[in-house]
Amino acid sequence: MKLVVAVVRPEKANEVLEALFRADVQGLTISRVQGHGGETEQVETYRGTTVKMELHEKVRFEIGVSDHFVEPAVRVILAAARTGDVGDGKVFVLPVEKIYRIRTGEEDKAAVTPVQVAAAGRG
Amino acid sequence: MDTPVIVPADVAFMLVAAALVLLMTPALAFFYGGLVRSKNALNTMMMSVAALGFVGVAWALFGYSLAFSEGSPVVGDLSKAFLAGVGLEAQGTIPQILFMAYQGTFAIITAALISGAIVERMRFFPYLVFITLWSLVVYAPIAHWVWGGGFLAKLGALDFAGGTVVHVNAATAALVAALVIGQRKDYARQAILPHNVPFVLLGAGLLWFGWFGFNAGSALAANAVASLAFVNTMLAPAATLVVWTLVDLLRSRKATAVGAATGIVVGLVAITPAAGFVSPMAALVLGAVAALPSYCALVFRARTGLDDSLDVVAAHGVGGSVGALLTGVLASKAWNGTVDGLLYGNPGQLAIQAVGVVATIAYSATASYLLLKLINLVLPLKAATKEEGLGLDVSQHGEEAYADDEGAILILQRPDASASQTARTLTAATAEGGRS
Repeated sequence: MKLVVAVVRPEKANEVLEALFRADVQGLTISRVQGHGGETEQVETYRGTTVKMELHEKVRFEIGVSDHFVEPAVRVILAAARTGDVGDGKVFVLPVEKIYRIRTGEEDKAAVTPVQVAAAGRG
Repeated sequence: MDTPVIVPADVAFMLVAAALVLLMTPALAFFYGGLVRSKNALNTMMMSVAALGFVGVAWALFGYSLAFSEGSPVVGDLSKAFLAGVGLEAQGTIPQILFMAYQGTFAIITAALISGAIVERMRFFPYLVFITLWSLVVYAPIAHWVWGGGFLAKLGALDFAGGTVVHVNAATAALVAALVIGQRKDYARQAILPHNVPFVLLGAGLLWFGWFGFNAGSALAANAVASLAFVNTMLAPAATLVVWTLVDLLRSRKATAVGAATGIVVGLVAITPAAGFVSPMAALVLGAVAALPSYCALVFRARTGLDDSLDVVAAHGVGGSVGALLTGVLASKAWNGTVDGLLYGNPGQLAIQAVGVVATIAYSATASYLLLKLINLVLPLKAATKEEGLGLDVSQHGEEAYADDEGAILILQRPDASASQTARTLTAATAEGGRS
């Protein structure tokens, strides 16, 4: 089991979401975050005040997946979130110790296998 | 007309009416601004706000002269350019400068209306060039045709407050601009949602308020016709709002707020050419009938590749044309004292109205197309895909509508600090932040 954490451009978030759904990755959490990578600075001016925005809006995806889903999930994120410019974001893959599904108390792989997929006998 | 005399009551009324019409442009900024995504809110609102300046100045320098000087049946001349000879003397019963200012507020809102079709993707500087030139090359001649003694006036076309001059004209230019500039990169690929529906309602409310100046003021005097236009401006949008809401309920069992705002605007557009010519009951009918073509056009447009982003064509083009034609049907001499429509035994009026609409569409489409293509040779009209992704607020204006001060680092610009020192501070800040 792994936790895939991807930090992507907000304008790419919908494309990533769509690509993940197409790749059958269905359970995920997203949050709006701010961060700093190496992107070129963005200067804004309000009346006489000029500021440089050091933090950029990003969207963070957190996806708990069973091992064989890691590679396809990462691949579609890379493809969907890429513009080729600095600031496209990062993907982290972290080991996960335990997973519980709150509704049923299922653990680990069963807990991250979507219900309908399990019903179809693919899980 | 014999010796024109200035009537104080008319002056007082027209001063207020002009201010009301001017308010419609910031109102439009809210209406349009609420309908776009938050990253483009300022850009969209600025497209209306900028018209107050750029078109306003162009109007005083050349536009008024091109629209309201003698000239030919097609366009005025430059005899009143730079407001030459436009002074305190009476024009009708008000001073000519007041007439000039009142008409200027119309030119401003008409140009601003176009922006609805090209929001979220047009670069700002070419937009400024476009609306400024458009107000002179397209708006002024068409205003001359109808109100400046041009050929449509001589033909007897009825356009009380600008159904064709303002709305059909702006919508035609909007359609052409949407086609020339092309779709937004996300159009029909992602859901694009209005970021602030309360803004849309605020805008619609302020537009209605300002529209009383637009329609009643078009009587150019504080008289009975102005009262008729005022009442019709209240009743027609009310009827449109009712029908629009009922259709919403029938289709999806939900009365939408964006739909209500749209219904109000469509009703206002439709009654504009008819305001001073039809009875109040006819205005109710006109408003109710006008809801359907625009509603259908809106639903249909969303299924096509035409990215007329805020539906200028469905609301102003279809609404304005329907209003102009229905004026030819419902006009009643008993109320306006000048001419009857089809319903009162004068079918010829409907044909004249149709000529007005077709002539406006033909000229506005051709001239707007050429103007956009010419500007595009020098200044690319469309923002780069990257700029569109980032949002036009940041890429065109260097501001955000909803800025977050977290992570904003002040760039000090002390007069004594040398340029290189500022640069060093910046590099240090970047290096520090970049190490994470």
